[in-house]
Amino acid sequence: MRLLLAFCAVLLAAGPALADDVVHLAIRDHKYDPPRIEVPAGVKFKLIVKNEDQTPEEFESFDLKREKVVPPGQEIPVFLGPLDAGEYKFFGDFHQDTAQGVMVAK
Amino acid sequence: MLASLLIVFREIIEAGLIVGIILAATEGVAGRGLWIAGGVAGGVLGAGLVALFAGALSNALEGVGQEVFTVGILCVAVLMLGWHTIWMARHGREIAAEMNAAGAAVKGGQKSLLAMAIVVAIAVLREGSEVVLFLYGIAVSTNEGPIPLLVGGMLGMLGGGMLSYLLYRGLVIIPMRHLFSVTNTLVALLAAGMAGQAADLLARTDIIPAWGDQLWDSSRLLSEGSMVGRALHALVGYSDRPSGVQVAAYLVTLVLLVSLSRAIGKPAATRPGGGVGRPAPQVR
Repeated sequence: MRLLLAFCAVLLAAGPALADDVVHLAIRDHKYDPPRIEVPAGVKFKLIVKNEDQTPEEFESFDLKREKVVPPGQEIPVFLGPLDAGEYKFFGDFHQDTAQGVMVAK
Repeated sequence: MLASLLIVFREIIEAGLIVGIILAATEGVAGRGLWIAGGVAGGVLGAGLVALFAGALSNALEGVGQEVFTVGILCVAVLMLGWHTIWMARHGREIAAEMNAAGAAVKGGQKSLLAMAIVVAIAVLREGSEVVLFLYGIAVSTNEGPIPLLVGGMLGMLGGGMLSYLLYRGLVIIPMRHLFSVTNTLVALLAAGMAGQAADLLARTDIIPAWGDQLWDSSRLLSEGSMVGRALHALVGYSDRPSGVQVAAYLVTLVLLVSLSRAIGKPAATRPGGGVGRPAPQVR
């Protein structure tokens, strides 16, 4: 128990490191804009997802292993990379029929 | 309607499986029905609150509020499961013995029940807040017919509830002598999976090093997004592309819980033959 507590405390104690590049992605009418987004390969970067709709969305990707709620009218940061060059699919969990996108790391 | 049913059901699976395990793990402890139900109710309430404050939560801590919050509740759940493991190591045999002797519920164990209710509440809260946001989105969008979608959502929740019940029924078929060693293993795996997720979330937000972004990729073999993948994710913490720190946290928690449970449980290797169990040594 105490060890577990200590473990959690250590996990929470370390401070966040900073990502260099920033890439912007918007959600509009339950679609991603742009649906195909280029990002730098091999470096850490920050993806800012802005939800311009009136309804909540969830930025989700199995390829990128990310899942994050984006409240209506707000933007959230997603820390990514370093990615290998290639394509990574992502989608909006709440509107999977329309909100589909691909991230291309170059 | 089918789409929303599937989405909600998919979200509920994880919580449903956890509730099923907890129900089986607390079999025979008096008053557990109320505690577990209370945990579910508390989780639903919490889910509503988290959904309501989703905006504030996202903006907190320079945008990583969601992740840190999830890590916090996961850590609490892991601690509670650890507590339960220790409690069961002390009292599990008494419960099994008394159940065999009288077929009646065992008194006591309220503390352990509180811990389990908290785990249930956290499981429901985590998955539930997404369901609430999803259903809210449906409710406020005017161009889609909200009623059938909401009905679909409700059916999805019902399906998730049935899954918990089926898992529970499936587990309690196991004879009482072996039930708790099975549920103890499941609880330990559950805790390990949660600790792994917590560590992975922290690595994803750059708070701790990832120790390898991806140790392996078994997504072609079994995708974490598939129904089976999700169920295994909830049950044993399966991940198709785990980070190094995730695997490390998983193993550390698992080894810790198993060895704690062995150390605290009776040192003598005698098996209870259905007779009166010797009272567990008071280590506290």
